[in-house]
Amino acid sequence: MTHTRYRIAEAGEPRRFPPEAMARIEKILTRYPTKQAALLPVLWVAQETWGWISKEAAEEVARILELPPSHVDGVLTFYTMYHLRPMGRHVLQICTSISCHLAGAQRLIERCRERLGVGPEETTRDGRLSLVEVECIAGCDRAPSTMVDDTYHEPLDVAALDRLLDRLSQEA
Amino acid sequence: MEPVLTARIGKPDSRSIDGYLADGGYGALRKVLTGGWTPEQVTEEVKKSGLRGRGGAGFSAGVKWGFVPKDTRGKPVYLLCNADESEPGTFKDRLLMERDPHQMIEGMILAAYALKCRTAYIYIRGEFYLGARILNEALEEAYAKGFLGENILGSGYALDITVHRGAGAYICGEETGLIESLEGKRGQPRIKPPFPAVSGVFAAPTIVNNVETLCCVPHIIGRGAEWFAKIGRNEKNTGPKLYCLSGHVNRPGVYEAAMGLQLKELIFGDAYGRGMKDGRKVKAVIPGGASANMLTAVEIEDCPLDFDGVAAKGSMLGSAAIIVMNEDTCIVDAAKNLSKFFSHESCGQCTPCREGTPWLYQVLSRIEEGEGRVEDVDLLARICNQMANGMTICVFADAAIAPPLSSVQKFRDEYQYHVEQKRCLVGAKALVAV
Repeated sequence: MTHTRYRIAEAGEPRRFPPEAMARIEKILTRYPTKQAALLPVLWVAQETWGWISKEAAEEVARILELPPSHVDGVLTFYTMYHLRPMGRHVLQICTSISCHLAGAQRLIERCRERLGVGPEETTRDGRLSLVEVECIAGCDRAPSTMVDDTYHEPLDVAALDRLLDRLSQEA
Repeated sequence: MEPVLTARIGKPDSRSIDGYLADGGYGALRKVLTGGWTPEQVTEEVKKSGLRGRGGAGFSAGVKWGFVPKDTRGKPVYLLCNADESEPGTFKDRLLMERDPHQMIEGMILAAYALKCRTAYIYIRGEFYLGARILNEALEEAYAKGFLGENILGSGYALDITVHRGAGAYICGEETGLIESLEGKRGQPRIKPPFPAVSGVFAAPTIVNNVETLCCVPHIIGRGAEWFAKIGRNEKNTGPKLYCLSGHVNRPGVYEAAMGLQLKELIFGDAYGRGMKDGRKVKAVIPGGASANMLTAVEIEDCPLDFDGVAAKGSMLGSAAIIVMNEDTCIVDAAKNLSKFFSHESCGQCTPCREGTPWLYQVLSRIEEGEGRVEDVDLLARICNQMANGMTICVFADAAIAPPLSSVQKFRDEYQYHVEQKRCLVGAKALVAV
């Protein structure tokens, strides 16, 4: 369970979905018999729109789906993949569940700490990378398994991690 | 055994509907919808095949379908595909969905027809971005070819399937947790009864089936229940099975074999794991994912990997995630890692589980770190016994106690050594991670 608090949204941050996101939401609503059932997919739209879900964004979702904001809040804090604060430009997830643990996943976490000065659930000061320790992502035969944003990078040893971090740090 | 579920996986066009059709795909659906099969006949055929749920519980799929009331009092019936694969060590459903999505979709349409269901959902875990994308593309293809939507193959039968992404919660793989999550709530399991077949999602009759279970269905209908039932060790453990092999073996991977493959054959066989990495010895094997009791090197002798074979050894086949640990593995460290997982994933609804899982992790951590007390070993067992066997709404707590309790019972000497010598029996500390 995560217990991350909302970051207080800055003035001027968007509260209304752009038209293309609204069109997606309208389409999602046709697939379910209740508005509430669309909550997880609509929160995904929010995260894809703004990169994270602010209190204001959550309130807007609640308004659209006619739900109490407290219900949306409860859901947001239950699931680990909704970001309740801004993340780095890229998110590196390292699996540390048993098969990856047996393959030395902890060394990758240590290496990130050495090179980037951040631990799990932290973002580098330049905002390029957030590190996340994740539970089993079904990459156990190519352990240790990792993901950068929505793409698997596996198996990843320390040398391959170094190359990956080099590449990410050289990106414009 | 010739591969069944994985037969198309290596092909370059294994994802496309044209490739699937060229290999005879959607033939079983055509057989049913244009051959005058009734929904009941489909259920009967699946019952006869002996197909047992591949998600972990091993309950007869056909019998489960039969639990949907004949008179649903005007309520629709829902079919949910459980694609939330998140049991540590399990990676077979990801393969099936990413490489051969139409096999699963055809299985879903057949199951939905049997259940007289017109709306089905694929609940896929949030991390499977690629799987969700592939399934959405495959669904579009299936709609375009008339296998989904209104009047499928001119039969008058209509079905819609929607991909629904989870957002990171292991408990949503539990069927009532999945149902709650699909309704747009926290994924906290429900008390049963009522069972989902009577009152599930949106308070309507609901059947939840695992990806691999549904993938078996086109083959059962296409080639017949008798053909399916002949595969496997005995009439109670039938069909082809995917085994997820990981850990300290030479060749980890997903392997398909007839239900009942010998565990040692899976680890050492040339067609499978090809033995232990660096020639080390086996210390322990987890035969069915993080929730299963560990087996010792002695217990893996003559252990057929099927529901009853592994149960006879005091563990379970579960999701068929076989995790192999070598002699250099610190068993306390492994149990600590597994307990961390359960502590993180407890949904927090029931006190014994919410409080028990972090407590177990805490005690295991201090033993592993050389801060343990002699009485801690028995304390672990005591905590476990207070958490499970009907103390909670779902079986998560029963799963959470499996690693610490089975390892304390079977590797007590290692725990003892840790608390007495303040170091690890297998040598340098934290050998597991080295």
